[in-house]
Amino acid sequence: MDTTCRVLTIPIKKEMKIVVCIKQVPDTTEIKIDPKTGTLIRDGVPSIMNPDDKSGLEMALQLKDEQGAHVTVITMGPPQADLILREAFAMGVDRAIHLTDRKFAGADTLATSHALAGALRKIEFDLLITGRQAIDGDTAQVGPQIAEHLDLPQVSYLEDLKFDGDKTFTMKRHIEEGYQMLEVEAPCVVTVLSSANTPRYMNVGGIVDAYQKEVEVWGFNEIEVDEKNLGLKGSPTSVHKAFARGLKPAGELYEVETDEAVGIIIKKLKEKFILN
Amino acid sequence: MNLEDYKGIYVFIEQREGVIQNVALELLGQARKLADELNDKVYAMFLGHNIADQAQSLIARGADEIIVVDAPELAEYTTEPYTQAICQIIEDRKPESMLIGATTLGRDLGPRVSARVGTGLTADCTKIEVGENKELLMTRPAFGGNLMATIVCKNHRPQMGTVRPGVLFAMDADENRAGDIVNYEVKFKSEKFKVKLLETVKEDSDLIDITEARILVSGGRGIGNEEGFKAMDGLANVLDAEVSASRAMVDAGYIGHERQVGQTGKTVRPDLYFAFGISGAIQHVAGMEDSDLIIAVNKDKDAPIFQVADLGIVGDAKQIIKKLTERLEK
Amino acid sequence: MDFSLTKEQVLFQQMIKDFAEREVKPLAAEVDEQERFPIETVEKMAKIGIMGIPIPKQYGGAGGNNVMYSMAVEELSAVCATTGVIVSAHTSLCAAPIMENGTEEQKQKYLPKLASGEWIGAFGLTEPNAGTDAAGQQTTAIEDGDNYIINGSKIFITNAEYAHVYVIFAMTDKSKGTRGISAFIIEKGTPGFSIGKKEKKMGIRGSATCELIFENVVLPKENLLGKLNKGFGIAMKTLDGGRIGIAAQALGIAQGAINETVRYVKERKQFGRPISGFQNTQFQLADMNTKTEASRMLVRKAANKKDQKVPYSVDAAMCKLYAAETAMEVTNKAVQLHGGYGYTREYPVERMMRDAKITEIYEGTSEVQRMVISANMLK
Repeated sequence: MDTTCRVLTIPIKKEMKIVVCIKQVPDTTEIKIDPKTGTLIRDGVPSIMNPDDKSGLEMALQLKDEQGAHVTVITMGPPQADLILREAFAMGVDRAIHLTDRKFAGADTLATSHALAGALRKIEFDLLITGRQAIDGDTAQVGPQIAEHLDLPQVSYLEDLKFDGDKTFTMKRHIEEGYQMLEVEAPCVVTVLSSANTPRYMNVGGIVDAYQKEVEVWGFNEIEVDEKNLGLKGSPTSVHKAFARGLKPAGELYEVETDEAVGIIIKKLKEKFILN
Repeated sequence: MNLEDYKGIYVFIEQREGVIQNVALELLGQARKLADELNDKVYAMFLGHNIADQAQSLIARGADEIIVVDAPELAEYTTEPYTQAICQIIEDRKPESMLIGATTLGRDLGPRVSARVGTGLTADCTKIEVGENKELLMTRPAFGGNLMATIVCKNHRPQMGTVRPGVLFAMDADENRAGDIVNYEVKFKSEKFKVKLLETVKEDSDLIDITEARILVSGGRGIGNEEGFKAMDGLANVLDAEVSASRAMVDAGYIGHERQVGQTGKTVRPDLYFAFGISGAIQHVAGMEDSDLIIAVNKDKDAPIFQVADLGIVGDAKQIIKKLTERLEK
Repeated sequence: MDFSLTKEQVLFQQMIKDFAEREVKPLAAEVDEQERFPIETVEKMAKIGIMGIPIPKQYGGAGGNNVMYSMAVEELSAVCATTGVIVSAHTSLCAAPIMENGTEEQKQKYLPKLASGEWIGAFGLTEPNAGTDAAGQQTTAIEDGDNYIINGSKIFITNAEYAHVYVIFAMTDKSKGTRGISAFIIEKGTPGFSIGKKEKKMGIRGSATCELIFENVVLPKENLLGKLNKGFGIAMKTLDGGRIGIAAQALGIAQGAINETVRYVKERKQFGRPISGFQNTQFQLADMNTKTEASRMLVRKAANKKDQKVPYSVDAAMCKLYAAETAMEVTNKAVQLHGGYGYTREYPVERMMRDAKITEIYEGTSEVQRMVISANMLK
């Protein structure tokens, strides 16, 4: 299967440049709580590409398939995060950048967004895609914060996007009661929902080549950012304490008449604030 | 930054098409409690266009002062005009803390504002308390809800947080409360408005996704037949829930595969899972055991479903559904 | 000496496990129950290169190796043995002999379409009277000018109904026995070539196992695969490679049964505690896992030898023999540990036990593998 040779039927004014921010996260659905100590068991929990980010990457690759684009992925994280960049190569990206430096350690969302923005200042792009949020933190902050640092417009909760081939995007943004259609000019920042699409699998041929390609490793010296905004020092928030949610207590069992049983259920629903 | 200069708990009042959202009232209720504890005031930031007539109602819900920003630029939400308005208020007024609803709007606005003013933002708080040094302790779930983390923002102001709708409690309207309403003018930099809203489309989605449901009413063999499922529909309606089922019921054709819970169906973790007449075979349990609250009804007191249930009722599921629906309808 | 996977293989394993779990597993029970060929799965596999793993990139393949290919068959078979054998027959028994014996023209013509999965491949050697004794071929190919005229039939042909390209064997010189057999490539739709009855099988019920019928099929000489009268060697060498695929299938079935059983024994309670707490359960699981891991080592060793291009016939026979017998033993124990539920179609171990049996039979029975292994020892 050769996916690199493609005849474009629509003339494109210029090749769109897309950058996708991806993050390696523990697969939180695999995290269990130790029944004895009540603490998290993180051993053996696989690391994966964050699902919203993966859908963002898929969106970029679909744009590439449909109208041609150059797709770069960037991740910030420890050396082992290299794995998701290789995965991205095997899915079809053109360039991968690994942002890693001790100066970035201990960053909260704001400091993380400063580091990424510092790297993105060094890359030309028409569209910057991030996932809506990462499953380890669920904050949904880094995308909009990067947009602010770069002084670019943002559209979050993106479900779909069309590019007119020149400079205008038409976007579909999810909201609680339905969706909104928006028009934005490039360059801009979007945060994508995992429900936007189903990411492709890595291609076998792409896997075979994934380690033949070069991942660019960037540290503090390669990016454009004020050091005081980075890492622990650049983080306005800190964790005061963290605790496991605890174990489920043993359930109650009742063998009573129907009316009484219904009363017990309603009482429980009130206790749990499901009913007022 | 002199932390002493920062005062007041500011609440972003989310409105859609002029309708104040419940989450805003919940935030006001929480802010009121915190303000009383801190001996501080609650400020409501009410942004929109042609909304001023509703400002008064916010006083009854706990606000001391309503900052009304009424401008055509704010008629419908887009990120930049709202960010400019909030940031100008922050610069002028120096709030000690700021709460925003963790809606698709608030989660778009919050991080943009926090980055522009360079402060910390805690997302999706479920609990907000006052710490020893009068700082706010904001607790939120992380790691897919497996871990709770309490976050502080020590040296930056305002201390910002977004809060999920439905988590906190609004106070009952107190029409005797007094407060001020101030009209606030924002100088917009319209050259930065680069996102154009074309239309807002409301959808009543037919596509059901039981994994998204907060409450599931699930049935198994003990429900019996079509009639049993109709009764479950009735209960689901009252509870604003979705109906789901075990594999046996899907195989029997009473319900579609998209509503099957279990190993060969979907894995769900709603706030409340009703298991009616479901024995609790492993394949089923694997798909629902992480639900927050599990209420099981089954005739067989040794049914394995009771081992994962928080509340178990030994009895006839059909009768209990009927009675429960009747009681809830009242 | 290094037993660990390469970085590429680690990445590949992550992808194929994910693919098997999300795309293949949900269909496994239905494919078995309805005896349905999972064509939609083949299309999905084709799209990401699984139908051409060890085919070089110049022929449109993924350019991977046989270890990766064996991992693919293993992971697919762990959730659906039917899907595993579709890939195995296609790759080892059709694409591989064309790759290894074809002319440049034949490779250019067939490999890109096989590797892309646009065409599915099959292999026809077995006949009603020529099973383990493959030399007893009765299908004939008579030279006629620039053509061969093929007459006869083949049975038990995997992928038969859905394949586009078949590598088949026929007698070109009856007087010479095994030295009179030749290999041919035949395409679907060739006049006189038809698909006969579909078998009703115990296991791998979705794999479309049928008869191939040749009635005066006129085949141009360029369809001869390899040299005239050298077909028996091609068949034997092809089966050597195929055995790695079937061993991987057996390995996958065993691993799949272990996965199901581990989950079951942790949940199933008897006498007030999970049955995983009983020593019998623990010891059975330990044996199941140890033997399955041993199968894996044998499969990977044989596949690695094939990749290194060193002789691997005996390794292929050993991994096939051991993995097949282990699959049978492990699935049997898995059903036993599931008790009465294990005997029902509510749980997949029943299907796995039925699927396992064929791995002791096709592409050389266990007895044939013992012959190959001992012959090498005693020569």
